[in-house]
Amino acid sequence: MAEPLRVVHYINAFFGGLGGEEEAQTTLSLQDGALGPGRLLEQLLTDEGQVIATIMCGDGYFSEREEAVVTQVQGYLRDLKPDIFVAGPAFRSGRYGLACGRLCLEAERLGIPAVTGMHEENPGSDLYRPAHLYIIRTAASAVGMQPALQRMAALAVKRGRGLPLGTAAEEGFLPRAVRRTVRTGIPAAVRAVDMVLKKWRGETYRSELSVETFEIIPPPPPLSDPRKTLFALVTESGLVPRGNPDRLPAATATHWAKYAIAGMDRLVPGEWDGVHGGYDNTAALQDPNRVVPLDAIRALEREGLIGRLWDELFVTVGNLGSLNAMKRMGAEIAGLLVERGVGAVILPAT
Amino acid sequence: MLATCLYTVATRVGANRIVRGGKFHHPFGNPDLPPREEYAFRYAFVQQTIRALCTPVQQPTVFDVETSVVA
Repeated sequence: MAEPLRVVHYINAFFGGLGGEEEAQTTLSLQDGALGPGRLLEQLLTDEGQVIATIMCGDGYFSEREEAVVTQVQGYLRDLKPDIFVAGPAFRSGRYGLACGRLCLEAERLGIPAVTGMHEENPGSDLYRPAHLYIIRTAASAVGMQPALQRMAALAVKRGRGLPLGTAAEEGFLPRAVRRTVRTGIPAAVRAVDMVLKKWRGETYRSELSVETFEIIPPPPPLSDPRKTLFALVTESGLVPRGNPDRLPAATATHWAKYAIAGMDRLVPGEWDGVHGGYDNTAALQDPNRVVPLDAIRALEREGLIGRLWDELFVTVGNLGSLNAMKRMGAEIAGLLVERGVGAVILPAT
Repeated sequence: MLATCLYTVATRVGANRIVRGGKFHHPFGNPDLPPREEYAFRYAFVQQTIRALCTPVQQPTVFDVETSVVA
């Protein structure tokens, strides 16, 4: 009989038994053994695994000090050297899901197999699935704690022992954007025709690849008078001040930045860099106004054809962007713009 | 409003006001044109974006830049 796997479990303060408003600000802590749902996790691991330590943190504390918390957790994991890292399950709790995802990512980077669990719509899921993390699909609330932990424990043991894994559907995790070639014995053309015949006959069929759908946003009414409107420029083209001071990445961006453009009549070549990895930046570097048309907009401002341009340029990188990350960033920027009385946005996209 | 040349992606994602731009690596530019003409194109394009913002739409709608507009 193999040695029990040494498991480190991450939970938030709420699940650690600290209810109430203040729990979100609970400081990061490391404790021996299992805590809260970790006890059930340990039971479900039976003799295959043991929760040697629990890392706990308030969701608010984590989101406000993410990098500092990550550094500390890296330290704990390096000292403890667990066989597996398990986080959550977070269900629909957004900040918790983001924390679980980030910490699992860091564990994987340290060579420690990681497993977490959350509801499909948790922002953490869309953000961290493309990082190929193993995220068990859970119910929306802690009502589903038992089945969630059951699947998480089973997957954790398989990963910890290096056993082969089944498909996402078999193991219960959210599809990770990883494609494995599987021999079906039936040529694709035959499968496609069979599928379309079923569809045509109104029989049930199963798509091999499901296509994402997007929510419908009702269009805002047109501007009543552009000459009285405050405009803002928001772009995903990754046009940043030289040196990329906010370190926007070439792809899969999860943050955005804003840059002062007050007093600028145009964007000056040489003062801006293009960091978006999805398009050839040469034309943009020669003349950044080709991507963010500040010169033309300033002309319209001077001529009184538009009210005014807000004096900050909002930038992120849309290359290989996760839908949920882009939604979150869009909402953050929009919130700021609404506060400032901005009535219209021009969004150059590449 | 969204200025992009990838208008099919834009309509599928559900952007409501889309102005179709120059090539995707320079939506507001056209390096094949001499600088003055390129600027005229950009100016016309920006005017069109304002027009799009002032136009009522019911669903994702693509506006083209009228290249006949003189700066």
